[in-house]
Amino acid sequence: MSDPAPAAPAGPALRAAGLSHSYGDLPVLRSIDLELPAGGTLAVLGPNGAGKSTLLRIVSTLLRPTAGSIALYGHELPREAWKLRGRIGFLGHQPLLYRDLGARENLDFHGKLFGLDGAGAERADELLDRVGLAHRAATRVDEMSAGMVKRLAVCRALLHEPDLLVLDEPLANLDPAGAEVVAPLLGPAPGRTRVIVTHDVEAALEQADRVLGLHRDGSVAFEIAAAEVDPATAREIYSERAGAVR
Amino acid sequence: MSGRAPSTGKVVRAVLGKDLRVELRTLQSVPAMLLFATTIFVLFRFGLDRTRLDGGLAAGVLLVTILFAALLAINRIFVAEREQGGFEAIRLAPADGTALFFAKAAALLVYLIVLELFALPVFWLFFLADASGLVPMLPVLLLLDVALAVTGALIAPMATNSRARDLIGPLILLPLIVPAMIAAAGAGRHLLAAGGPSYEQYGTWLAVLGLYDLVFLLIGWAAFDFLIED
Repeated sequence: MSDPAPAAPAGPALRAAGLSHSYGDLPVLRSIDLELPAGGTLAVLGPNGAGKSTLLRIVSTLLRPTAGSIALYGHELPREAWKLRGRIGFLGHQPLLYRDLGARENLDFHGKLFGLDGAGAERADELLDRVGLAHRAATRVDEMSAGMVKRLAVCRALLHEPDLLVLDEPLANLDPAGAEVVAPLLGPAPGRTRVIVTHDVEAALEQADRVLGLHRDGSVAFEIAAAEVDPATAREIYSERAGAVR
Repeated sequence: MSGRAPSTGKVVRAVLGKDLRVELRTLQSVPAMLLFATTIFVLFRFGLDRTRLDGGLAAGVLLVTILFAALLAINRIFVAEREQGGFEAIRLAPADGTALFFAKAAALLVYLIVLELFALPVFWLFFLADASGLVPMLPVLLLLDVALAVTGALIAPMATNSRARDLIGPLILLPLIVPAMIAAAGAGRHLLAAGGPSYEQYGTWLAVLGLYDLVFLLIGWAAFDFLIED
């Protein structure tokens, strides 16, 4: 396990074909096809229950698809998920932080899991400073507000400078000032591929290269270049009618 | 910046250090184990209506108390990983998943040793005429502790992922731990005999316990990665 992952075959950062997932008998994702080049941003839109978070968990290697195939940087999941460990930064609904540890203690712990030694400590300090938590480095997570926890979770997701950022409503729980601080950290960067779930249609179209719209039943409404998406059409998938007709 | 994959030893130290720090800070498991063990000793003392125990009965009271106190910690050992995302963190990192197993087993072992540092003097005070049998019991207890820690760390993720966590853990663990309990009781019966310890089959029982520990360490090493998958 201590050897670095083998070099990835050339190709798209993310490729899925017929990707589906069911929880027991309940299908939540239905036959998703998509492709995202390295360095690109995919925005995923859809109403609650459309399977967006499930899709992100599959992309993050945390969940096995029940049908179809998915590959990240040419590595098939779940078979080659181990080769991708350490290359993905996941920011989901759960902050993945220990409530009884301080902010800095949490980052130190995650740094050790990712094999970051001295550089990890410097990076943790830098990130805490950038999200405005440097003065709260010793504060325990269970003593923080939801917005502070979110900012700390952003630090945790970025600590190892991942190639692929998987973000589930990354600005949720943040006040405008917090969102202003965090948004640039999660924005485009050289070599960084992003998959973002958001309900903010305008922001999604502004940031993304491609947009995946999901119906309430987990099927694909559209998967096209962001420039081709009409905001009104994108908003349509959020209406009950759009979900009901499927 | 993605660093090199950390060695299993480094991840074990990180997780163990985190767990011990959290336990020192929150006192969630060990104080409950100490209180539980003391309460069980009191119940045995009045339930059996005996102020002195020896032989198999003394060994049984001591070992069963340790076993049930261990269950309290085993049921809780993975709760933070489940509820606060530790499983996901490990699976996202280039860390060996079995490091989590070894770290949790080590944490349980530390808890059990602390429990026994407290419980053995109480047991002596409550039930024994002299403490000479307790000294040769220490290796037996240490090997039993390893058995409980390793088996507990193997079973606990399955139980933690179940809604009936408090039921599933003991239901799976108790039958599995029977061979280790038989070996520990077999040694303890002679060591805590009236009139002082005798060492009949002492080495055999230690070997059985050691073999049990080794087998479950190997099973945990081989199977743990599969247990923490979603």
